[in-house]
Amino acid sequence: MEEKQLGLDLKEIIEASLDARDERISLQEFHSRVVNAGLRRDVIEEISRTKREPEWMLKLRLKGLELFEKLPTPNWLPDVLAGLDISSMNLYVKPNTGTARNWDEVPNEIRNYYDELGIIKSEQDYLAGLVAQFESEPIYENVKKELEKKGVIMLSMESAVQKYPDLVKEYYMRIFPPSDHKFAALHAALSSGGVFVYVPKNVRLVTPIEGFFVIGTPQEAQFEHTLIVADENSSIHFIEGCSAPRLSKDSFHDGMVELYAKRNARIKFTTIQNWSKNVINFNNKRAWADENATIEWVEGSLGAKVSLVYPSTILRGEGATSTSLVVTMAGSPGDWKDSGSKMIHSAPNTKSKVVNKNIGFNGGVNVYRGLIRVNKGATAARAYVKCDSLMLDDITKAYTFPHNEVMEEDADVAHEAHTLRMNEEQLFYLKVRGIDEKEATSMLVLGFIDDIMRELPFEYATMLNQVIKLELEKLGAVA
Amino acid sequence: MSELKIENLTVEVEGKVILRNVNLSVKQGEIHALMGPNGSGKTSLSLAIMGHQKYKIREGRILLDGEDITNLEPNEKVKRGLFLAFQNPVEIDSIKLSTLLVAEYNAFYGERTTPLEVLNYVKSSVKNVGLTESILNRGVFQGFSGGEKKRIEMAQMLLLKPKISILDEPDSGVDVDGLKIIADAINKLKVENNTGYIIITHYRRILDYVNPDLVHVLNKGTVVASGGKELARLIDEKGYEAVIKN
Ligand SMILES: Nc1ncnc2c1ncn2[C@@H]1O[C@H](COP(=O)(O)OP(=O)(O)OP(=O)(O)O)[C@@H](O)[C@H]1O
Ligand SMILES: [Mg+2]
Repeated sequence: MEEKQLGLDLKEIIEASLDARDERISLQEFHSRVVNAGLRRDVIEEISRTKREPEWMLKLRLKGLELFEKLPTPNWLPDVLAGLDISSMNLYVKPNTGTARNWDEVPNEIRNYYDELGIIKSEQDYLAGLVAQFESEPIYENVKKELEKKGVIMLSMESAVQKYPDLVKEYYMRIFPPSDHKFAALHAALSSGGVFVYVPKNVRLVTPIEGFFVIGTPQEAQFEHTLIVADENSSIHFIEGCSAPRLSKDSFHDGMVELYAKRNARIKFTTIQNWSKNVINFNNKRAWADENATIEWVEGSLGAKVSLVYPSTILRGEGATSTSLVVTMAGSPGDWKDSGSKMIHSAPNTKSKVVNKNIGFNGGVNVYRGLIRVNKGATAARAYVKCDSLMLDDITKAYTFPHNEVMEEDADVAHEAHTLRMNEEQLFYLKVRGIDEKEATSMLVLGFIDDIMRELPFEYATMLNQVIKLELEKLGAVA
Repeated sequence: MSELKIENLTVEVEGKVILRNVNLSVKQGEIHALMGPNGSGKTSLSLAIMGHQKYKIREGRILLDGEDITNLEPNEKVKRGLFLAFQNPVEIDSIKLSTLLVAEYNAFYGERTTPLEVLNYVKSSVKNVGLTESILNRGVFQGFSGGEKKRIEMAQMLLLKPKISILDEPDSGVDVDGLKIIADAINKLKVENNTGYIIITHYRRILDYVNPDLVHVLNKGTVVASGGKELARLIDEKGYEAVIKN
């Protein structure tokens, strides 16, 4: 297969979207700007052809393109995006390697890169499976034998579409349809890479499974798609770790995660997002929970310059439960961390719990937009939201926009919000115990997110710990 | 031989002078009691010595072994062998007690001890003050009783083995057994480590256990009397008026 490079001017696409949002341009103008930026029907067809996709996938992409042009720009799209130097996207850059089954087959420079991130080691030590993504193409797939024996399918999205087209089709973008919003539509059109996991009935995986995504080249943006289906009575903990090397230009990321937990199934989905500071991370995360199913989101949104992440669960079956624990950190001027979990109660006796903690310093901005909706018929629903902000200096901002839509009278919906500053007396106490200011500060910051740290496997808690400490080194560097 | 010297210290808090020209000097192995009515400035003195930002030193200096440590960061003072047990230690719910004790042990001794050894030291320090290990899993002072707080402060002193230790009312709110445990800890470090003390107290009882070399009385931010143990007895029997009038 020959290499293809199709340039797409994402900066222009975003700016046109912002102009459309504020009605500075007509729909007609928007269309022509997008086309000039390289987002055209023939380009989408070319992507689909190169990937040798089935007809339904191409149709979905084209539908995505159509909707992207038609749908209004969401008003929550932050203005800060306009000022960024977003790099163009080179669509479908084929790396110089096929899909490898073990590390010896992976070219050295790519291996070294993963080595630096410590992925190979942690996989050996601990993780049951790994699908890593370098540029747009999976280079490494390894599903441990026990998983295969149990009938668990874990494949790159590309391979899954080839091998299990019907299974993928049944769920792909059904939980998060392209019609949802403009950038979900864009994702549908450009989606590339990601992981597909299917856990058969009654299979309960105890060891977490990891997919480690990397934005490889500066010219690369990612539209990866992760889809996990847990069949009845099954369970899985999937860890999505994200890290990116230093990139010279801002890079746009519009990924998607769909989780489907069937009756009595449980999916825990953990993300540690530590992308470099010039990534714009736009993530669409949504889950369906059937009868008595459980969805647990754990999210550490630490890196990236602008990040918009709203893990959402639709509790569609009676007795379904969902929790969402989110930590965001904005620690540089211009950092914008937008987050907020959405819980939609659509069946009786459903329960949800949201804990959102944000840490701000050096002028970073954290925004919380949560939604609790109790639909008509979802009787005896219970929802609890806790939203805490810790601000380490006076130039930092935090905004909270909780939203409740409750259609059933017997619903129990509780909301708590706290804004905290660094407690000087606590800091002094720690210093009088011989602990220096930096260490004491990071102890207090880590203490602030302790209830979320406790949900992480040890290796990840340690990693989160280190990332936060490293970031706090910069505390007070801008004043 | 270590010596803490407070020279001519004048301290202001919120624009108000609360300590005026205080002089005090404690050598290793000595026990000094510091008494004085409520609000006379005892706690302020201890916080000013440790370098609390709110307590601004307007005049004078603090020397440890001849080195001027007046403007050092609190943790640097601790590293040089100074310790303070707080009268009212602040609750830190978000940090587990075990995390704090391990962190301070490592900060003080450097991370040369294995984590398992550190944990053992931490556990025995808690047991040495008559508490059970399970308290280590709670937030720092979170919901602790008054006596438990005092004991944990003493446990930390045992862990860090300071040269000079300032104890701000280690005996307040402590039961009979607790008082004995705390006095034993004081005496133990004095013998084993030659620790010197400033013990702030309102009661003669603890002084009967630890035998102070000198008793000082602070009133309205100034040292108004210094003397032997008999000063404590006088205060106990006749109240502060008896010594302050002189
Ligand atoms: N942070 C502060 N802000 C305002 N005033 C303060 C502060 N700290 C101490 N003071 C005042 O300084 C004076 C001395 O207080 P301090 O706590 O040192 O007294 P003390 O001798 O320790 O009393 P006690 O025996 O009751 O513990 C008091 O009048 C107190 O109100
Ligand atoms: Mg006091």
